[in-house]
Formats: sequence, C-alpha cells, structure tokens
Amino acid sequence: MAGVNAVPITARGLRKRYGSVRALDDVDLEVRPGEFLTLLGPSGSGKTTLLMVLAGFIRPDQGSLLFGDEEVIRLAPHKRNIGMVFQNYALFPHMDVAGNVAYPLILRGLKGPALAERVERALETVQLSGYGERRIDALSGGQRQRVALARAIVFEPRIVLMDEPLSALDKQLRERMQIELRRLHDKLGTTTIYVTHDQREALTMSDRIAVINEGRIQQLDTPRALYERPISRFVAEFIGESTVLNVTVGPSRDSCICAGQVLKLAQTASREGAALLMLRPERLKVLAADAQIQQGQNQLQARVVDNVYQGDSFLLQAQLTDGSVIGLRGIAGTAELAALPARGESLRLGFDVSDTVLLADADA
Amino acid sequence: MQMPETRAPADDLHAQALRRDERKERLVLLGLSGPALLLLTVIMILPVAWLLGLSFIGDDGHFTLVHYQRMLDQPSFRRIFFTTFQVSLITTLLCVLAGYPLAYLIAQLPERAASVCLIAILIPFWISVLVRTYAWLVLLQRKGLINQWGIAMGWWDEPLALVHNLTGTLIGMVHIMLPFLVLPLLGAMRSIDMNLIKAASSLGASPARAFRTVFLPLSLPGLIAGSVIVFILCLGFYITPAVLGGGKVIMVSNQIANDIEMFFNWGAASALGVVLLALTLVLLWLAGRLMRLDRMLGGVN
Amino acid sequence: MRDWLNASAGDSQVTHRQRLWLYLVAALVLFFLVAPTLIVVPMSFSASQYLEFPPREWSLRWYRAYWESTEWMQVTKTSFLIGGLTTLLATPLGTLAAYGLFASRLRFARVIHTLLLTPIIVPVVLVAIGVFYAFVRLKLVNSLAGIVFSHSMLAIPLVVLVVNSALKSYDMNQELVARSLGASRPRAFFTITLPQIRFALLTSALLAFLTSFDEVIMAQFIAGGDNSTLTRKMFSSLRDQIDPTIAAISTLMIVVTTVLLGLTQLLGRAKK
Repeated sequence: MAGVNAVPITARGLRKRYGSVRALDDVDLEVRPGEFLTLLGPSGSGKTTLLMVLAGFIRPDQGSLLFGDEEVIRLAPHKRNIGMVFQNYALFPHMDVAGNVAYPLILRGLKGPALAERVERALETVQLSGYGERRIDALSGGQRQRVALARAIVFEPRIVLMDEPLSALDKQLRERMQIELRRLHDKLGTTTIYVTHDQREALTMSDRIAVINEGRIQQLDTPRALYERPISRFVAEFIGESTVLNVTVGPSRDSCICAGQVLKLAQTASREGAALLMLRPERLKVLAADAQIQQGQNQLQARVVDNVYQGDSFLLQAQLTDGSVIGLRGIAGTAELAALPARGESLRLGFDVSDTVLLADADA
Repeated sequence: MQMPETRAPADDLHAQALRRDERKERLVLLGLSGPALLLLTVIMILPVAWLLGLSFIGDDGHFTLVHYQRMLDQPSFRRIFFTTFQVSLITTLLCVLAGYPLAYLIAQLPERAASVCLIAILIPFWISVLVRTYAWLVLLQRKGLINQWGIAMGWWDEPLALVHNLTGTLIGMVHIMLPFLVLPLLGAMRSIDMNLIKAASSLGASPARAFRTVFLPLSLPGLIAGSVIVFILCLGFYITPAVLGGGKVIMVSNQIANDIEMFFNWGAASALGVVLLALTLVLLWLAGRLMRLDRMLGGVN
Repeated sequence: MRDWLNASAGDSQVTHRQRLWLYLVAALVLFFLVAPTLIVVPMSFSASQYLEFPPREWSLRWYRAYWESTEWMQVTKTSFLIGGLTTLLATPLGTLAAYGLFASRLRFARVIHTLLLTPIIVPVVLVAIGVFYAFVRLKLVNSLAGIVFSHSMLAIPLVVLVVNSALKSYDMNQELVARSLGASRPRAFFTITLPQIRFALLTSALLAFLTSFDEVIMAQFIAGGDNSTLTRKMFSSLRDQIDPTIAAISTLMIVVTTVLLGLTQLLGRAKK
C-alpha cells in the first residue's frame, strides 16, 4: 500500500535528557514504508518528544535517524520534507484557507494555475472543495483540522507526523475523523506517525502501535498482538481493561497456580516461579454450575463481590480465595442478566487457554 | 548506498555534532539581540560607568573621596535631598489620593465607559512632558487663567503665586505622574475577582466593610507597584521642577545638570549621580521584596 | 433622574446615589488630567500676548510666528529627522532582540532582557551627562549620529517591552508548522510571525518616534548647534520668558501625537 514517496524510518539510540529526567531513553524504532504507526502513551511518556525529534524541532543528545537511506538527525526541520499536523491546528490566521494550503507549495516555487490546481485537489481530498476563500476564523473545529491536513499533504511529503490532532474535537466528530484519517492514509500511502494517549484511537487506526512510557518503547506490535499478548503490566493495563493476577508457574512451565487452582498457559513460560497473569474481562464467561470444561478451557472458582450494570454491558467483580478481584464483562441481555449469580454466591469463570497470558514479570 | 555524511563511531551517534548544532542555534538566537546590546553598552553602560568612576577621581587624577566629602559638607546637599524627597513623597501621596478613586471607578464601569475614561488618561500620558509643563506654566502664572478666574469669582483678591515655587512644581508633577499610578493600579483592580465581594455581601458585610476587608487588601499590590513607580520617577525628575520651580525648587537631577552646565564640575555631578543611582536601585530592590511579600500575604488571605 | 440615582450601580447593592461622591471625585480628577493638557490648544489662537481663554480675539499670529521663524523651522525639521532615524534604528534592533530572546528560551535570555531595559531604570539626567562626557571626548557632541544613537538607546527598551508582550500572546506553533512545511527560520519569521505582530511593531515604532521627538534632557547636552532639537529650543525659551509661540508649537505637537496614536488604534482595529 506504500505510495511512491513512502520511505521507511529507522531511529537508533535516541536519547534526550532534561536535567535528571530522561525524556527519551535509548529509543530504537523501525517504521515500514507507508505504514501507519501510532506512538501511544500517557502524558509525559516521551511520545511527543519522540515526534518532535522526528520532525527536527528537538535535537536529541545523541542518536541516528534515517529516512530511507538519508541520515537526517542533523538536518533542519524545513529540509526534512515532512508534513505535520498539530493538536491546535496552528493554521495561519492572516491567510485564507487556500493561502494556508498553498503555503508549502509557494515555498517550493510553485505558482499560477499549477498552484491553484494542486490546492484545489488537496481540498477535495479532505472534502473541503470550494472552501478556498473562507477565512480561518469562520471554520468549525473539524473543518480547521481538515485544512491543517490538506496543508500537510498537499506537497506530497515522504512522511506525515500528527501530534494528537483529534483531541480538541468532541467524541462523535473524533470517531468520524479517525476513520477519515485512516482512509486518507490508505489513499496516499505515506508513512505516517501518529501520537495519541487514547488507546481506543490507536487500536482503531494503526497498522502497528508503539507503546511508550518513561522514554522507552515498551512494546511495538500490531493492535491485536498488543491486546492479546501484552508483554508487560503497563501495556496490559494501558490498553483495554485487564485484571492482573499474581500466579506461580509450575516446573513444567506450561501451567500455573492461581489462588490454589491450576490453569493451563497459552504459551510456555520462560521460567518457573512467581509471575503475572493477565485476563481480559470480556474473554471470561460465567459457567453454569453443571457445565463441563472443554478441552482448550480454563476455569476459576470465585465469589461474586459486585455487579455493575452499564447499559450495553455489565461488569461483574469476583473475588478469589487469595483476595484478588477479577473483572468479567458480558453483554447485558435479559437472559444473561437473569442467569447471573447474586452477590456473595460462588461462581465458575471459564476462559480459553489461548487467553491465559503471562506478562513479563519485570514491572514496567 | 551513498551516505551523505561521514558516520560517527557507533557508540557516539552524533553526540558531539548535535551538541555543537544546539550551541550554534542558541548563539544565533541570542546574537539577534547583539546589535541592541552593543548600542546600549556603548551609549549608556560604558559612559555611565565611566562617569561613576569619575566620582572617585580627584583633580590630581588619583582615587579620592573628596567629591563625596564636599557633597556631604555642603549645606545645600541636605536641602537638595530634602527637597527631592519632599516633592517625591507629596507627589506620590497626592497621586494615590486622587488616583485610587479614579481607578476604582473605572474598574467598575462597563467596557465602553471604561474605554472612554481610559482614553482620557492616555491622552495626557502620551503628550510630551514639556508641553504639559508649559500648559501649567501658562495656567498658573500671575496673569494666568487660574488667577484670572479666582479673582473674578471673588475667591481671592491678589494674584496667588502658584508657579515658580513648590506649589507649582507639585501641581505639575502630580499631573505628569498620575497616569503612572492609575494604569498599573487599574490593571490590578481589574484582575480582582468580583465574586469575592459578592460573597462578602452575601455573608452580611456592608458595602463599605466589603470594600475595606476584601477589595482594598487585594488592590494593594497594584497600589504599591504604582506608588513605587511614581516615587522613583519623581526622584530623578528634571523638566517639571526646572520649569515650574523657577530655580527655587532644586531637585537632585536639577543640581546635577547645573553642576555640569554652569560649573563643569564633573566630580560633584558624578558623586551626586552615584547617590541618585544608588537610591533608585535600593528602592527598586525594596519594592521587589515588598511585592513578593505582599503576594504571599495576599495568598494567605 | 431620581430613578437613576436609586438604581443599583453594577452587581453590588450600592446605588448610584451612594456612589455620587465617587463619580464627582473621579470626574474632577479626569478633568484635572485632560483640561490643562488641551487648554493650550484654544489659547494658542488668542491674538493677545497673554494667551487668554477664551480668546477675546482669534488670530493665527503665533502660528505665523512659528512658521516664519527660520530658527523654529530648522529645529522642527531636525527633530522630525532625528525622530525618523531613531525609529528606523530602534524598531528593528529592538524587535530582533525581543524575538531572539523569546525564541531562545534560555535562562540567560532573562539577563539580557533585563540589561536591555536598563535605560528605563537609570535616571535620564545621569545618562545624559555620561553620554555628554563621552561625546565630548569622542567629538560627537551635537552630531546627528550621536543624537540618533542616544535616542535609539532610550527607545529600544520600549520596543523590546511592546514586542515581547505581543510575542507572549502569539502562538509560536505557527512558526514550527511553517518550518515543518519547508520554510527556513528567517523565512518563517518574515512570512508568518511578523505579519501577525505588525500591530505591536507599529505601536513600538510610534513609541520610538515619540521618545525621540519629546526628549528634552539629553537634547540639553548633546543636541545643540546645527542639530538643535525642537524640545531644546522650547526648553530654553521656557526658562527665559514665556514666548506665546510655544503655545502654537505645543498645539502642533499635541496634534501630531494624537494623530499618530489615532492611526495606530485605527490600524489595530482594522486588523480585527
């Protein structure tokens, strides 16, 4: 799906310190040509710093950055041929829409009808045809965002960088724009780096996600792999809902003990002993008292502590004998709700072995 | 594949080059203020430093404190500083008395009325001090407008000596300095949250009490800032006392100018100058501490 | 009238009647500020030597005296020339300095910023004699260049203050975007930032001009001879006798100041 211009990005050993704070702690990153990669992390994790290093606005203390084969780490931002979209759009208020979109083309020496044609085409791509003469302050938030986009892609950059471009929009508009952005990316095929703290957004839009915390990339993987096989507690808890339990891996390393009960593991553990187990609430089922356990299934006995009705789903809290609480999420259909045990009653939880995932025990 | 630049050793990863780039960029940006700094250094800092040094050099060219000695010995010295402080203090007080109610009212007015009042303050603010001082000269003289009206209204019989003395100087100074007090004070008052006053009234405070216990303390930082500005400006002021004082009101700056213009007495002038500058700096420093203190107290309240 | 007096003034429960004393005091103070400033204007048209108000007889004699006096015309031209040159020098220097300090985001920038503001802190008379002393030795007394440099030195702090405050409320992200789109730093500054702070630039240019045009004390010492300024001649006239021509000159100065101020206000509003 890579466009003509798309280049891979290779970052090696990026480091940036502010006093005693390590904003970037030896970051390595490989982005494939035409890929939509999201940098996902909480505030202060370093994701925006990394983006700014890619753009050239922050100079790292050391590191190497290749766009394709070209070493760009010392290259000034305006020579890097990147398109950038900021959270607050940063449109030029003293120019109209067409003026904004034409700016990068004018810098590259385009003029006259060729210029006007490119501008119009870019506006069409973001569904703003004919908006050229509008003033910036007459536009809505969503429209401004699209102008910023048009301006960032009109000159066919080899890389597009976006810093939380949708966080200023309301929920409905944001979800619509997520799909539009992704569609635009598919059409243009440019390598895109997207920064966000919203894990749902990341899961929706990305080819791959780099989860960042404390200046380090915790895990770089496809959305599904991140969701189903998180390697650390941080990733497990940052993406989606999860319950993390303390377990002990047995000598055979293909099963573990959890609150006195045996569970088969999805993958062979690297070593025996103490470990962390992750369960996703929606992957658990309430088993009927007489139901048989299937071949690829695990079960846990627990006691119902609480049940929260949330409209389309319910969240059940069940406690194990060792005190830890597991969350179970299910569809709140009439039949399902009726079948649920009451508070204080015991309960059998069933889940697939393939959903029984160990995390790296080093807490990240 | 062609590499556009030589590769640094693998474990260095451009660290030195990047540091150099960063330093260069910082220098260029700071360097933009270079021309302005150069001008200031050459035209102001060096000459003033030179001049201040001059106060310590005697006629024989050696280090001496004789200028300061002479300055302290002269009876006029005490008079000059007394006059300077007297004028500055009274001017500041009068500005506070006249300016606070004005600022208070403007802060309460709706936007359009407030803008009109602000223009009325800004117009004299922008017009040359010389022009305004001249206007007072014309108004206050024996045959001037004030005396004409006063006599015509029967308020007094003989023309009052309103100019070429302390009275005229004070009137002129207050007129010049008033905007310097009102503008910062107004700024501070505008940032006071009126909800606090409403809260006080809802708790049972009368308007006068609400003002005294809530508004007044909160406006104090702005008042202090304005007063300090006015006082420091008065200390070094020259034009108005020279014109409206008629030679009878000699403030420090007037004396310094006289020392040079009439006597070419660089030693005396520079010694006085050092004292004036030192006074100004001390006051600024004190004002700085006061402001911080006040902000702390305001915060506790 | 009675209704208004009893109506509430603003959101508190204080009525206009209770506030009447405040209105009176404020009105008096405003009158005190404005009237003397403007009273010179009508008085300058009085035919009599004694500058009456209101003038018994209207006349343009003092304006004619000003206009026809080669001396007054000469110093006026000089003042405008020096004012213009000062503006041309101080505005770019101050603007670049303010921008450079703002964009560098270094702690050291604060030191330089304070240094640039020192001409406001140091009493002008000190600077005046200091510069006089230096100029005597450098043979720059009464030279055009010397006066322009000295006035620029006084004007630069004002330019720095105005431009700095405009930059603080400006979204620097726009410059970053411009650079990401392919503009070098200088180009981004000139095409994106500068147009948006042009109102501040205009105001600071005006301030620079007025600072120079109205400057009295330094002119006393270093603006004499062929390069005497208007203010210098006015000041010495004031100390000798009250020349009514000065009323006419004052009126003209008031007009010039007000027109320039009005222009900047209008242009600022036009921008919005």
